[in-house]
Amino acid sequence: MNASSTLGKDLTGLEHMTPDQIRLILDTAEPFKEVSERPIKKVPALRGKTIVNLFFEASTRTRISFEFAEKRLSADTVNVAATGSSVSKGETLVDTARNLEAMRIDMVVIRHPSSGAAEFLGNRIDSNVINAGDGKHEHPTQALLDLLTIRDKHGKIEGLKVCLVGDVLHSRVARSNLWGLTKLGAEVAVCGPWTLLPRGIEELGVKVFGRIEEAIEWADVLNVLRLQLERMEKGFIPSLREYYRVFGVTTERLERAPKAITIMHPGPMNRGVEIDSRVADGPHSVILDQVTNGVAVRMAVLYLLAGGRAELADAAKRGSE
Amino acid sequence: MPRPPKAEERTTLLDARAMSRALQRMAVEILELAHGTDDLVLIGIQRRGVELAARIARLIEQSEGAAVPRGALDITLYRDDLGTVGPKPVIGETHIPGDLTDKHAVIVDDVLYTGRTVRAALDELTDFGRPKRISLCVLVDRGGRELPIQADIVGKSVKTGRDERVDVQVEELDGRDQVDVIR
Amino acid sequence: MIPPILLQGGRVIDPSRDMDQAADVLIQDGTIASVGRGLAAPDGAIVRNVKGKVVTPGLVDLHVHLREPGNEDEETVASGARAAAAGGFTAICAMPNTDPVTDNQAAVGFIVRQSGRAGLARVHPIGAVSIGQKGERLAEFGEMVSAGAVAVSDDGKPVVSSHLMRTALEYARTFNIPVADHCEDPTLAGGGVMHEGLVATRLGLKGIPAAAEEIIVARDVLLAELTGGHVHLCHMSARGSVAIIREAKERGIRVTAEVTPHHLTLTDYACEEYDTHAKMNPPLREAADVAALRGALKDGVIDCIASDHAPHAYDEKEAAFDDAPFGVVGLETAFAVAHTELVESGVFTLPELIRRMSTEPARVFHLAGGSLAPGAVADVTVFDPAAKWSVDPTTFHSKSHNTPFAGRALTGRAVLTIVAGAIVHDLDSAGTR
Repeated sequence: MNASSTLGKDLTGLEHMTPDQIRLILDTAEPFKEVSERPIKKVPALRGKTIVNLFFEASTRTRISFEFAEKRLSADTVNVAATGSSVSKGETLVDTARNLEAMRIDMVVIRHPSSGAAEFLGNRIDSNVINAGDGKHEHPTQALLDLLTIRDKHGKIEGLKVCLVGDVLHSRVARSNLWGLTKLGAEVAVCGPWTLLPRGIEELGVKVFGRIEEAIEWADVLNVLRLQLERMEKGFIPSLREYYRVFGVTTERLERAPKAITIMHPGPMNRGVEIDSRVADGPHSVILDQVTNGVAVRMAVLYLLAGGRAELADAAKRGSE
Repeated sequence: MPRPPKAEERTTLLDARAMSRALQRMAVEILELAHGTDDLVLIGIQRRGVELAARIARLIEQSEGAAVPRGALDITLYRDDLGTVGPKPVIGETHIPGDLTDKHAVIVDDVLYTGRTVRAALDELTDFGRPKRISLCVLVDRGGRELPIQADIVGKSVKTGRDERVDVQVEELDGRDQVDVIR
Repeated sequence: MIPPILLQGGRVIDPSRDMDQAADVLIQDGTIASVGRGLAAPDGAIVRNVKGKVVTPGLVDLHVHLREPGNEDEETVASGARAAAAGGFTAICAMPNTDPVTDNQAAVGFIVRQSGRAGLARVHPIGAVSIGQKGERLAEFGEMVSAGAVAVSDDGKPVVSSHLMRTALEYARTFNIPVADHCEDPTLAGGGVMHEGLVATRLGLKGIPAAAEEIIVARDVLLAELTGGHVHLCHMSARGSVAIIREAKERGIRVTAEVTPHHLTLTDYACEEYDTHAKMNPPLREAADVAALRGALKDGVIDCIASDHAPHAYDEKEAAFDDAPFGVVGLETAFAVAHTELVESGVFTLPELIRRMSTEPARVFHLAGGSLAPGAVADVTVFDPAAKWSVDPTTFHSKSHNTPFAGRALTGRAVLTIVAGAIVHDLDSAGTR
């Protein structure tokens, strides 16, 4: 255990983390998986800590996952669903930060529609801030659970070929995965219609496939991103039906793959749009494992960030006798 | 100019043979305490307690011809100092063999000192079920209790000060069997 | 009666006559009386020894946002005029995106009167192109010009309808005023908050592609060609725009253009860490764009520097990047930033910079000023080219402090600003006048 792998106060994204820090979280998540298998799914590690789930965007699965993680660590949780009004979004965030500070909250899990919101909050309050998704910027705990799932299935991440498929332009999950995967030595590619791929992505060391068939030919793992109805409404693609016909991850396409491909999806799935039901429910899908790992990874993150003063590192190394 | 670190003074408390003899005696005492192996379960505390529990289980197996269920317990998440310790400690494996109800669980650890580890282990164990009895078996009791906790079976007792450390090495992890007191 | 002023021993740079030499400047009765060596001071004259300093025609800023009427907490005509004087500007042009919009003769007259009351840098109103800046009906150019408007613009927004832009350019010919356009295709730029590129991708922010500006630049020069009108392109940011303007000028089209000090200095990397003080429209772009803009300013494809001074209250900028308003202030840092980044680094000579900040802008909008020829209006600035200072927004004369240059070490500063023969800014003394 060395100081370089400690995480600092906040978890806002993977872009500036070191590979050691990422591995620390994955390694710490393993024992937490076991906690979720116990008859009493609770350990007292975060007893007495107050955690606020501050969700400015509607989200059921991520919030529930965090809530389970918090409660299984014996923390006290408060859910705040604040819908950001268009006029005063910025004002709301600053005032919210000040109010949380005044209430002496220990940790905040924040999801917000503006990129940079988690960092904005983390710079203004002493509480630990965990990014549960900020705008199109990052969703670090999702990427971490994706990495853990890949590692469990393949035994490693280095050298694996992972392709992110779909609306990469608007996806914070894609960005976080990109950082995490490249830092741990995987080869990363993106695949989708050109209207949904971000500028400059090749400069980040990422391959670009214009057709799903090329991606399937190449990849060991496909992480299929959710396509939002909005994209069709804003004109990025003509219709969901065409998207499925051209880019859908279907059994027929996968049958032509040179090797078995692990299928992942951050959820919730649009069955019949970006992914076939038979693929999502098939033998190579690890989508449900992602969900299980999600709670463990979030427990690991909360555990690693909570409290703790750096000066007392030695006691940790030797353990109490 | 900083002073050079004080040289460590190592005094060997148990060498390999002494440790082996102690473990053999502890195995016998456990059998007496548990009245045989029928409802006996050995739970080793990470990390060296796990290795010692494995040795004791083998000794019991050899003498009784019956396998003893073994478990491992990592008490990190139940520590009472998690809020103040620095970078978080690594969490080891926890594995409890089956249901503990109506079992006699014997906790095995290498050193008993303040008693806080055992306190954490008791809390954690009871989250897994309700054994009919829990006993404590340690290789070394070094005194210095901060909680009202005692071991039922002790390999070796020694009185030590706060400035001393008891270092237990086991073949499986450290390459040799030895117990030293370090000042 | 305003006493005469004698500025002794300075380096006089007058781009209108290609002059750059040591000389004295005598100001009397609101005009330049004479420029030469060893001038005598008339009775009662204020004599200032400006040895080691540079004496130039007052700087002219064609693009400033004063928030009066409507948002006087952010800036007023008076506070803006004070900030301008501190930055060495003797004349600034105020954009009409006030609240209510300055789109009629009464509103234009109000700005002129407020400027007169302040008595600091001259504030020339720019009238709106369309009523309410709604982009539907032309405003009354004639009446606004009679009341004092020097140009028309819908800045803040682009003139979206090509038909409206065409008629504006044609109609403006009658009054010999330029139509200044904020070049942005809203369907391409819509929702974007910074330059579309690698930095935006990493930050997860929606980008505004350079093409959004270049398309409207191309449209505007073609309409200027069609109508024979004069189009002035505001705050250029992209190298593609430079190429279009260059070609248009070669063909004799009546197009002029301006660029801001921040677009000559900063790139989209300034947005890293979600610093909202780097958020403006058009956005900061790439190093290649900065290089192209510098080259264009040097060879006159871009005519002048304008600050696009855009004050905002501090709490408005204290928000997530997506939610903060666009814009930065610039009057009090424009010269120093341009001097430090362009002259100190050897890209420009000081006379070239003064030409682009004084003589040329005055020429583009047909304003008095930009010259120290005897008989010219006495709008004069004295700079200390060696003055080293650090930007501290809390000391700004502007009511707003939203600058991307906070804490930056700069060289060059206005020490004395004179408008119509009266001192309106004096760094040496406690106050002005």
